[in-house]
Amino acid sequence: MAEKVMVKGTEAIGEAAIRAGCRLYFGYPITPQSELTEYMSRRMPQVDGVFLQAESEVAAVNMLYGAASTGHRVMTSTSSPGYSLMQEGVSYIAGAELPVVFVNVVRGGPGLGDIQPAQSDYFQATKGGGHGDYRLVVYGPESLQEAVELTAKAFDVADKYRNPALILADGMLGQMMEPVEFPDFRDLNTLPDHSSWAMQGAKGREPHKITSFDINEYVLEKMNLRYQEKYKKIIENEQMWEEYKAEDAELVIVAYGTMGRIAKTIVDMARGKGVKAGLFRPITLWPYPYDALAKLADSAKLFFTVEMSMGQMVEDVKLAVNGKKPVEFYGRTGGVVPTPNEVLAKLMELI
Amino acid sequence: MSYKIKFKGPESLSGKEFTYCPGCHHGIVHRLVAEIIDELGIREKTLMVAPVGCSVFAYEFFDVDGTVAPHGRAPAVATGMKRAMPENVVFTYQGDGDLAAIGTAEILHAANRGEKITTIFINNAIYGMTGGQMAPTTLLGMKTTTSPYGRSAENEGYPLHMAEILSNLPGVAYLARTKVNKPQDVLKTKKMIKKAFLAQIQGKGFGMVEVLSTCPTNWGIPPVEANKWLEENLVPEFPLGVYVDKVGDEK
Ligand SMILES: Cc1ncc(C[n+]2csc(CCOP(=O)(O)OP(=O)(O)O)c2C)c(N)n1
Ligand code: SF4
Repeated sequence: MAEKVMVKGTEAIGEAAIRAGCRLYFGYPITPQSELTEYMSRRMPQVDGVFLQAESEVAAVNMLYGAASTGHRVMTSTSSPGYSLMQEGVSYIAGAELPVVFVNVVRGGPGLGDIQPAQSDYFQATKGGGHGDYRLVVYGPESLQEAVELTAKAFDVADKYRNPALILADGMLGQMMEPVEFPDFRDLNTLPDHSSWAMQGAKGREPHKITSFDINEYVLEKMNLRYQEKYKKIIENEQMWEEYKAEDAELVIVAYGTMGRIAKTIVDMARGKGVKAGLFRPITLWPYPYDALAKLADSAKLFFTVEMSMGQMVEDVKLAVNGKKPVEFYGRTGGVVPTPNEVLAKLMELI
Repeated sequence: MSYKIKFKGPESLSGKEFTYCPGCHHGIVHRLVAEIIDELGIREKTLMVAPVGCSVFAYEFFDVDGTVAPHGRAPAVATGMKRAMPENVVFTYQGDGDLAAIGTAEILHAANRGEKITTIFINNAIYGMTGGQMAPTTLLGMKTTTSPYGRSAENEGYPLHMAEILSNLPGVAYLARTKVNKPQDVLKTKKMIKKAFLAQIQGKGFGMVEVLSTCPTNWGIPPVEANKWLEENLVPEFPLGVYVDKVGDEK
């Protein structure tokens, strides 16, 4: 570990990916993540890596598919409209079980929306987006340090399960600057060996075939059941969350990413007013830490979900709480970030 | 008594039975591509990208590492592979719906980047797999299931000439349009496919061979007539020949 350096969010994720062993990046500019594409164009040649600006997000995600099928660590990044365009490829990559890392720096939507931070791609990120029964491992970092650590983790988890992973950030995280401590460069020789399945040329072995496809419905069902087995393991092993002053909390705020970070301030302000507030911050948005959140429903009286959307994660909170306690919601959308004061005012109304 | 094998299938075909209709040219072209891979001795380092369309199973018919791209995206998938594995030989196999409609952007930009990949482009002027709908290459007046009154220029525009369009791009190192409906054409086509691979192997750029092909099933005519129909209708619309050749003659 080196000393802390001041970096911009998009660049922090890019550097973290390179240090994690990513040597191929394909992308297309879109605000507020264009600096990540730019950063990779500068850095990749310096580490003998490949940077290619694709002609579209549709092409970028398919370049990713091709490069990943050779067993290399690959990444792309984009923002909401671009991630929508990538969904075709995301579904194919999930079906072909290729370990790739996506970064979606979410902005206000729907449609062209705006370029301000938002969390309104939660459904798309965690419930599908593309066609078919598939899942991505989805991380929602709250800070640049956490984004750096989760980026490295995303590559490892993607490799471990042969499954795509997604860093779901937002425009705030992408654009802010913070001191960050980067991990050391990963020795490329220590990366997992994918030669048992990767397309590297059928030298001295049977050819490898990588597809998301079988025309026979019974075979395809079997493939899907195999994916589900894998998802079960991911659910068992990969859930991450943070609790902040939650042990004795009567009111539990549930928020993730940038909103989760802001919510810590709100918890402290509420405690200052004598309200026993706490925070539950899911870090993996899929697999969602349902059980950990459900546990809090035994002691807490009220759950309060706060999002930079019109209430997408609130459905998962309700699933976890399962009717045991009331779940309230507050959110702003279109790129508006709720301020601690306005959330606190809403919270005081609730109790 | 001992037997001597005088004639056998190419090593680069897996031996899986082709699923193509009788008289379809996909099978002929597969065999030619496999023979070239054998002759160039590149089977063990070839990576193939199959398309969406009747040749979706091509990845199984070839005895090389292979994958299936989303409809039209094969050139982007191949780009990712080639950038990751520059020492390997990467080829895509695509129909006209795949390459000239949904995947126009991908093929144009891969060719324009001079991507060192090889593309085999099967132009049968129709969508085969989905049951004979209109393709961008469908001839004016030609009836398909989605141009039941015949393709009209006012409504659907003109047949798209991919070889001509791509031949204007400096990244293209070899480009030819050919057919396989007669034995002498088959031999010519084989030489062209070889050059399209050599363009890649020699690092010169993008190589493509467009093969005018039959789809007797969806044209609704028997194979022999389909070969004749191709000669009389497709060839006048899509001129044969070598459009770009930066590979040069073999020594
Ligand atoms: C995104 C998408 N759109 C449509 C299809 C349906 N589809 C499958 S094959 C095909 C046409 C293929 O025609 P062509 O490329 O000419 O190949 P051929 O079958 O004639 O060999 C279409 C439209 C698909 N699989 N994916
Ligand atoms: S439908 Fe046409 S293109 Fe497809 S296999 Fe049959 S003849 Fe060939």
